[in-house]
Amino acid sequence: MNLDYFQLIDRIIDLNLDEKKITVEAQVPTTHTIFEGHFPGFPIMPGVLLTEAMAQSSGWLILGVLKFERMPFLAIVKEAKMRGFVSPGQLLTIEAKLEHEGSGFAVTKVKGRVGKDLKCSAELTFGLAPFPDPALRVHMDAKANEIGFPLQAITHD
Amino acid sequence: MSSTFDQIANIIAETCDIPRDTIKPESHAIDDLGIDSLDFLDIAFAIDKAFGIKMPLEKWTQEVNDGKATTEQYFVLQNLADRIDELVAAKNAVPGA
Repeated sequence: MNLDYFQLIDRIIDLNLDEKKITVEAQVPTTHTIFEGHFPGFPIMPGVLLTEAMAQSSGWLILGVLKFERMPFLAIVKEAKMRGFVSPGQLLTIEAKLEHEGSGFAVTKVKGRVGKDLKCSAELTFGLAPFPDPALRVHMDAKANEIGFPLQAITHD
Repeated sequence: MSSTFDQIANIIAETCDIPRDTIKPESHAIDDLGIDSLDFLDIAFAIDKAFGIKMPLEKWTQEVNDGKATTEQYFVLQNLADRIDELVAAKNAVPGA
């Protein structure tokens, strides 16, 4: 997790395009200024960042399903539940499943766990748009490579 | 079994918190009911799920933007219900769909 750059996902563990599911890992840093304020003496990951981590996980899944032809942008957050505290140094494992691919939008259901403990869940809707700037596409390609996006999964079918 | 219009109206009422009795077949989703594009995503998801279809919202929007169709053709609710009936019929006409 690179909180300063809002890059919350460290690696893709599994991408199953047949089942339209993804599993990713996100290592919560042991120290960060966020934890100095949230909260003094009791540092925990803010719920908005857990929601963003679920959104980014879903985003990689949607990018895979759409073969990087369009960019998903978070539009609706439903049923977001912060079910337990996530502390500095913990490893989040996030699973997202594509519930529906509509015309210009996609819906996912996402769950985040630490070990076996369910920590957060949500239903997220994304608007799908052409990449608004070539630089963003270049960035996403580089980031995909960095987090181990299995590019063969979208080129061999 | 309720009509397609009734199913759509119920979805809109629930999704957008609009009183059901104010939603009429002649209501325009945008001009009369004030449904915005974000709410319409929610409605589209619910309609897609309820009818097992994929409403071609982007195609419809493009047609309106290009002047090839009017918003009334797609967003007056009885017309929307007719479009949905067509999509369901087309889906059912495809073997194995």
